Amino acid sequence: MSAPKPAMSLEKAQKARRKFLRSLGLTGGVIGLSLLGYIPVTQAKTPRLRPPGALNESDFLSSCIKCGQCVQVCPVQAIKLGEINDGFGIGAPYIDSREQACDFSCDAVQCILACPTGALTYEKPEFLNVRDGARMAAAPILIAKQKDPEPTLNLKERTGVARLARPEACLAVQGKGFKGLARGAAFKGKMRYMDVDRWKPIPLRDHPYDIPLCDLCVRECPIAKAIELRPVKGPDGVERMTPTVLEPCVGCGVCEMICPVEPAAIVVDAQAVWKGGAA
Amino acid sequence: MSRFTDLFMGMLGAAPKKPEKVAEKVQKIMFLKYEDKDRYIKEKLHARDHHIVSHKWRNRRWAVLIATNLLFVFSFWLDIQILEGALTASRFVGFHLIDLNSALQVMLAHKHIIVNLFIGTFTVFLLWVLLGGRSFCSWVCPYHLLAEWTEALHLKLVEKKIVTDHEFHRGTRTVFWLLFALLAVVTGYTVFETLSPTGILSRALIYGPGLGLAWVALLLLFEIFYSRRAWCRYVCPIGLTYGAVGAISPLQISYHVEHCFHEGDCRKVCLVPHVLDVTVKGRAAEETMGLGPDCTRCGLCVDICPTGALRYEVKGLSKLL
Repeated sequence: MSAPKPAMSLEKAQKARRKFLRSLGLTGGVIGLSLLGYIPVTQAKTPRLRPPGALNESDFLSSCIKCGQCVQVCPVQAIKLGEINDGFGIGAPYIDSREQACDFSCDAVQCILACPTGALTYEKPEFLNVRDGARMAAAPILIAKQKDPEPTLNLKERTGVARLARPEACLAVQGKGFKGLARGAAFKGKMRYMDVDRWKPIPLRDHPYDIPLCDLCVRECPIAKAIELRPVKGPDGVERMTPTVLEPCVGCGVCEMICPVEPAAIVVDAQAVWKGGAA
Repeated sequence: MSRFTDLFMGMLGAAPKKPEKVAEKVQKIMFLKYEDKDRYIKEKLHARDHHIVSHKWRNRRWAVLIATNLLFVFSFWLDIQILEGALTASRFVGFHLIDLNSALQVMLAHKHIIVNLFIGTFTVFLLWVLLGGRSFCSWVCPYHLLAEWTEALHLKLVEKKIVTDHEFHRGTRTVFWLLFALLAVVTGYTVFETLSPTGILSRALIYGPGLGLAWVALLLLFEIFYSRRAWCRYVCPIGLTYGAVGAISPLQISYHVEHCFHEGDCRKVCLVPHVLDVTVKGRAAEETMGLGPDCTRCGLCVDICPTGALRYEVKGLSKLL
């Protein structure tokens, strides 16, 4: 038997008490700060456009390990990572299509291939739900691969849907053509042009246009039958050629990047689903 | 309780215990050591005089830490593709490597494990079982290096009595580990990742700086002016995860009581001084003792010990050779 412990001196007891309270404060403080990460994910006004094959937002954020391997494989560097002001979305990949859209120049959706956790996936596990209108009616056909034996993209769900947000600004709607660089000489965004080089995307500024009626969003859309110019009656009863988004739209954002008016007349609604019937 | 359990509990926050039984051989060593006080003092001073102060292990460790992080950076920047990804998850020439704590957070939050995640986690698990779990902290983690540099500043300020070190209870880290695990399960988000300076710094190095660095700077300021090495010592669940993994590791720092003068230089430089409790006079029960799972194998104690009482050792290997 050991001798009974001498009673702790008052000073020592006070010191231990202070240390305990301090530790409690540290715990509360750090946990509290970490929970601030909720604010950006619940208060976000516009959701982020995620890379192709991303799970539904909350599943995506829980399964993404924030390593950026998807960033490293993207041939057009379309993928960026969230910052600490994205809260729980820190380190999670997103695409700012106006700056650099995903144009599928890799053909195989490399980012999905690179993802180690299945946050980006070709095949969703069964227990994860698919939102109505997220699933593609058919495997999207990549125009660049149209002549290949397997012309489709291995993509089951769309990441968003394009929308003509400002028809009044759209050059096609105004009946105007377009001549020059789509986004100016300072724009850094890249895209693959099949008639230039299948495997080497080039800067948009190296590819001038001269077209009688602007149809850049239709012309450069990488997916077959995802968008077309249709005569649509405006509120004044006059028919005008209008970019019309169709069901095969995967939400890649090339139309938003290429749109020559500022701000873009056509945008991608991130994480939106197809609401119209199959066109 | 066994020494293994004691050390593990020590890592979770329990205070080190005095040994219940000291081996006869150690008793004899201690008796001989203090038999002649004059001789003891002379020997001690002699050892001090002949101690060539070196930073051998520290320099090697910094080189490894910087090289590892640069390999990540250059794999992306120069597209040499050897180590792609960040510290949370990567591929080494194609093989998946996944940080154990990040994997744990993802598994708890997402509640689903795909094959690649499992493979990468298992590979890294084996790696750190062999290399001593918390070696990750001092040999790889970029925050450790920054914190080591600001710690020097903190110690200078303490010396000049401008600041004082405020200790927290070491068990706080265990509480954090449990809370972050619980938060991942309950919220379905990898909550810890939002604040993890390891992930933030690794991504900042590879993908470019961002606002997260402001948080890292705040942490460093907190450590300089308020509490020495607070994040690593009292908060970071990564350290505890790796500590648990390295509990059975053959690679460790071992303590040889015979050569020790019990002066405690080692405890002053240590990130986790409780693991060096054995170096206090009368605390060693065996001739040779491993420092346990919380030791980061950083080697600062090995460098500073004037008598070689602390050494790197691979369990079993010394017997083989």
